[in-house]
Amino acid sequence: MKRYSAFAVAREAMRQHKGWDRAWAKRAPKKKYDVIIVGAGGHGLATAYYLGKNFGITNVAVLEKGWLGGGNTGRNTTIIRSNYLQDPSAAIYEKARSLYETMSQDLNYNVMFSPRGLIMLAQTQHEVRGYQRTAQANALQGVQTEWIGPQRVKELCPIMNISGPRYPVLGGLYQERGGTARHDAVAWGYARACSDMGMDIIQQCEVTGVRQQNGKVVGVDTSQGAIDCDKLGMVVAGHAGVMAKMAGFRLPIESVALQALVSEPIKPCMDVVVMANTVHGYMSQSDKGEMVIGGGTDGFNNYTQRGSFHHIEETVRALVETFPMISRLKMLRQWGGIVDVTGDRSPILSKTPVDGVFVNCGWGTGGFKAIPGSGWAMAELMAKGQSPLTDEFSMYRFREGKFIDESVAAGVAH
Amino acid sequence: MLTLHCPYCGVDADETDLHAGGEAHLKRASTGSSDDAFEDYLFMRENPKGVHFERWRHAYGCGKWFLAARCTATLQVFGTYRAQTHEPPQDIKDAISAQRPGWSWGNFR
Repeated sequence: MKRYSAFAVAREAMRQHKGWDRAWAKRAPKKKYDVIIVGAGGHGLATAYYLGKNFGITNVAVLEKGWLGGGNTGRNTTIIRSNYLQDPSAAIYEKARSLYETMSQDLNYNVMFSPRGLIMLAQTQHEVRGYQRTAQANALQGVQTEWIGPQRVKELCPIMNISGPRYPVLGGLYQERGGTARHDAVAWGYARACSDMGMDIIQQCEVTGVRQQNGKVVGVDTSQGAIDCDKLGMVVAGHAGVMAKMAGFRLPIESVALQALVSEPIKPCMDVVVMANTVHGYMSQSDKGEMVIGGGTDGFNNYTQRGSFHHIEETVRALVETFPMISRLKMLRQWGGIVDVTGDRSPILSKTPVDGVFVNCGWGTGGFKAIPGSGWAMAELMAKGQSPLTDEFSMYRFREGKFIDESVAAGVAH
Repeated sequence: MLTLHCPYCGVDADETDLHAGGEAHLKRASTGSSDDAFEDYLFMRENPKGVHFERWRHAYGCGKWFLAARCTATLQVFGTYRAQTHEPPQDIKDAISAQRPGWSWGNFR
């Protein structure tokens, strides 16, 4: 792999940019792999990357039915934070956030991680108490957050109207090292690094069946023929239930559409990420100047990757009181992704009833921020059969009543 | 926008008049049920990509709960029916079979 650097840019500029390699190789599937990962989104590629980097397992294929990073990895609002209440969540999301800090150097790929700071607004007394509690919990977990008052919120984000009248800003939970990253670059960077380790990334290859012998996985059927494997990782987000059915078990997952939108690009006016949970909306400004806005999910099961327009309207309407200036902005585009939501709004990283099959799903409305931590933990789980980061996220926790209740995981009340 | 026909008041209601209530025909676990039965009832869902049965409430209309047969992959609605039943009525099943031959959902087909 040729390293990307300022020198490489200069060198290629001298010769009409003819020397760049493909970022990742296009290969046909082999007959057999040690590990097959289904789903070439951020989580799947990160799992493959850390299998190779941390455990030396490089005979790996990542299968993708569409195109690389074309699912929720390319459909989110790119927010990164780790200000969760429960210890298992804080551990895995903080692992992810800390890996984002050095990801560009680690992958030699600029993922544009921008720790610009993130505020979760408290606009009711309940939220004030809730976030003060979270700030205390984060202090114990070693996650750096602080409770800040309304004047500090206004200083950090001057375009905000903090005085209501309906939802005055009473303060906020501030994570200074939270922020955003370039979502596509995260997938592309991992793909390039995986390909460099000799892994095969196979796009337009849909898995149609999971082959088993004596309760153990032996391979998958795909649109490009049968491929054998010793271990199988299902990392398919919204389609987790569909894949589980192929393998013969059920998951406590419902798939619903989550939408986001961006405005026309404007000059820089907001250099923090703001989440307003009471009114169901969150917003940041992209490097291109677009205001990136996300809201709540539709209430019904849906696999169409498009959502209901009235949810967009609700989200924007709710944000206008807090951000009066956006009332004059035009919407540039809108999109939807299919998110996999569990009963306690926490993910599943788990062994399954089928020996050798592992599942990573249930990230719901908040998966992007978790990509590196999720991949790190999933790789350990698949390589060693156990990981301290995934112990609490078993798919069997629902049966046992050991929930990890993060009902505000997306910064919106579900 | 999704439009569902309310089988009680006869109105073709827009999605904004309705409240989605999750999967239909859940088998309720009760006192004395096993942990597995409770897990099934509380958390496990069909979540199919295709034919699905679900509960809806005509929240900003007559207020009644009803059931709908809908495709989650295309948003096509096959029909709606009253909630006082353990199984979709035959005309709904026929309407689905006409569009999706060989469909199945849980124990229904």
